[in-house]
Amino acid sequence: MDAALNWLWANLALIRDLTLEHLYFALPPVVIGLVLAIPLGWLANRTKLGRSLTINVAGLLYTVPSLALFVLLPPLLGTRILDPINVVVALTVYTVALLVRTVADALNAVPAIVVNSATAMGYTPLRRFIAVELPLSVPVVVAGLRVAAVSSISLVTVGAVIGFGGLGKMFTDGFQRDIPAEIVTGIVLVLVIALVVDGLLLLLGRVLTPWDRSRRTVGRPA
Amino acid sequence: MNFFSYLLDPAHWTGAQGIPARLVEHLGYTALTLVIALVIAVPIGAWIGHTGRGGFVVVGLANGLRALPTLGLLVLIVGATGLGLIGPIVALVILAVPPILAGTYAGVRNVDPAVVDAARGMGMRGREVLLGVELPNALPLIIGGIRSSVLQVISTATIAAYVALGGLGRYIIDGLAIRDFPQMIAGSLLVALLAVVADLLLAALQKLVVSPGLRAAPATRRLRVVPSKAPDAARAA
Repeated sequence: MDAALNWLWANLALIRDLTLEHLYFALPPVVIGLVLAIPLGWLANRTKLGRSLTINVAGLLYTVPSLALFVLLPPLLGTRILDPINVVVALTVYTVALLVRTVADALNAVPAIVVNSATAMGYTPLRRFIAVELPLSVPVVVAGLRVAAVSSISLVTVGAVIGFGGLGKMFTDGFQRDIPAEIVTGIVLVLVIALVVDGLLLLLGRVLTPWDRSRRTVGRPA
Repeated sequence: MNFFSYLLDPAHWTGAQGIPARLVEHLGYTALTLVIALVIAVPIGAWIGHTGRGGFVVVGLANGLRALPTLGLLVLIVGATGLGLIGPIVALVILAVPPILAGTYAGVRNVDPAVVDAARGMGMRGREVLLGVELPNALPLIIGGIRSSVLQVISTATIAAYVALGGLGRYIIDGLAIRDFPQMIAGSLLVALLAVVADLLLAALQKLVVSPGLRAAPATRRLRVVPSKAPDAARAA
């Protein structure tokens, strides 16, 4: 136990750097993935063919193991094998694959009566989408986003196997040098980051849907 | 550089390190893990679903698993057990249990209460209800859990090549060590293909095992003698 603590104190700077690097790998894909998934999810709902095509392709991409995807992207993108961009792209692919279906389902679940009211009030389709349909999809989309973010944070570590940075490096280094404290610290940090990001997204969802909160407190007896 | 040169070389398709041998290894780890995970997860999941006690533990476990870094778990366990088959298989089982547990629990829990009531009304005991009614009805969700588990195991078994396990992941790790990029591509393509094929097969199985009584209305409606309230019951499932 003492040895573990000593290791921890001696390597605080390293741990901080790896954590920052980890976030730099894990978080941008979630944001980019969401931005891409919204128009794609909208498109998927236009036609029946588009919907089945999007959902099947997304399902297929989500099936590909992460380590394999990290290796397969360079020839597809023309990037170098250990270019960090591969990790970011791979995790973006997973996020889009997961969210496109969520967004399509969420938009589909917006009551037709609400959409029709907005149209009758003179909303243009674009404005209606941004001001009515999208806000009403927030709870479902945020639920999907939480899953995507937590997976992304956990998956970054796999990249360490082929030399990428982030907290996964504590696993490969701890294994090679036989320092269990380093491995355990890495696992705990990944779990804590995932928990914190998950909580923040939950909070964001609440903030973005004030009407939901009022219904929860006023509409339903405690 | 030809990305497929490794795959196209006939020499790589024979011998102990050949592609068929590695594929069999990979399938072997997956099957072994799955059998152990099923033996652990299905009875516990069924019991929790049947009694309704401890459901939150199952859901929490399945959610927490998403955040658990698989590589960390692998190196931690293999660091303790030493290289060999046992460590990686233990890690794989730990990852494979929660989805099957959650699937079995949700499947048994979600069986229409009216169906369970009917079974009890017919005089079936707890065990008979569980084995004869609840589990068959839960089968699609159980297979769904197995599907998640299999994907997780195929994926993590690849990573386990880093802790000296065999299987298709070897090509990625060994290829990296000697900067043989076509070899890494070959391993990645094969693993991706394996995952996709396994997922499609299990998806087909998932459709196949739906209890005949729960299948979509058209086929059953023709046979129904008393059509009164039946459509609702069929749709609810």
